Amino acid sequence: MIKRLVVLLLLAGIGAIFMSLLLGYTPDNELNLTARYYAEHTAQDIGAANIVTAIIVTYRGLDTLGEVTVLFLTAAIVGLVLAQGRQQNSQRSQRKLPESGELLQTGSLLLTPLILLLGVYVFVNGHLTPGGGFQGGAILASAILLMLLTDPMRHFSHRLISVLESISGLIFITIGVLGIIYAGGFLDNRILPTGSLGQLFSAGVIPIIYSFIGLKVGAEFSSMLVNLSETEGS
Amino acid sequence: MSYIAMTTGFILILIGFYGALTNRNILRMIIAFTVANTGVNLVLVAVGYMRGRTAPILDAAVPVTEAAARIIDPIPQALVLTAIVIGVGVTALMLAFVYKLYATRGSLDISNYTELKW
Repeated sequence: MIKRLVVLLLLAGIGAIFMSLLLGYTPDNELNLTARYYAEHTAQDIGAANIVTAIIVTYRGLDTLGEVTVLFLTAAIVGLVLAQGRQQNSQRSQRKLPESGELLQTGSLLLTPLILLLGVYVFVNGHLTPGGGFQGGAILASAILLMLLTDPMRHFSHRLISVLESISGLIFITIGVLGIIYAGGFLDNRILPTGSLGQLFSAGVIPIIYSFIGLKVGAEFSSMLVNLSETEGS
Repeated sequence: MSYIAMTTGFILILIGFYGALTNRNILRMIIAFTVANTGVNLVLVAVGYMRGRTAPILDAAVPVTEAAARIIDPIPQALVLTAIVIGVGVTALMLAFVYKLYATRGSLDISNYTELKW
């Protein structure tokens, strides 16, 4: 009882801080200095129609590299932590599961290719539409999730997933290093012509980088899902 | 509009904290953390919102020359994109650790894990 009182007091304190933040907040009427710079310079410098993509892939590309690294680390740790338990229980993993329903099986056969196609569309058009590598990768992994729901014992090749992930990461960094040699700096997108705004082949290497980020994120999320799913039988 | 989103975000953070502090089941605590995470993202996006403006994507509706006067702040959106991805990673890690804990001790109740308690 006293514990719950302490919790409520703590929450009331945090709530009071939030309240004062909320009451003191006045929305901007104009873009601040950084946002104005991005709004005015993205079109000429980067050539990407989606300014958020330009910020993520080029202006703050190094942070995105860090983000992808964090995600890789997470997938690796999930694999490491779950792999130890799996070896001991491998003989029990042959537990018979009931067949999944007709609707789920037929639906997943129909939907999986479409979901994969949507994922590829989202990350290839990341510089033009609201979307990009991370979103597209998550959509790709959702197709894997649907396949796992249909057949939880389905085996996915860990080797294929890790090869896909490593090659995508390597190409991402190689393109970044090529930027130092042929353009203004690490992850500079202007090693290819920026093209005309709004075309699929524009914004330099942004579509290429974001496609490989999409594949990498898709592979990482899939490996997490597959690892979590393979604990099912144990 | 941005006040509604921001208030909702703050309320979600408080709900998440409440859930994480009062529940004993570790899985429920993880879900509470993801609720709080969503709240933080909502507050961040609401900060970038400006009345009467549109998404930061240049097209026929937002010509390049008027971009600075027509779009909302793109930086919070880029930040939240990062935050969502990291949030997924953190959730996956927590789930993996909980699985390990359950495999060793056979319990999901946090009060059975007292090694680090002081």
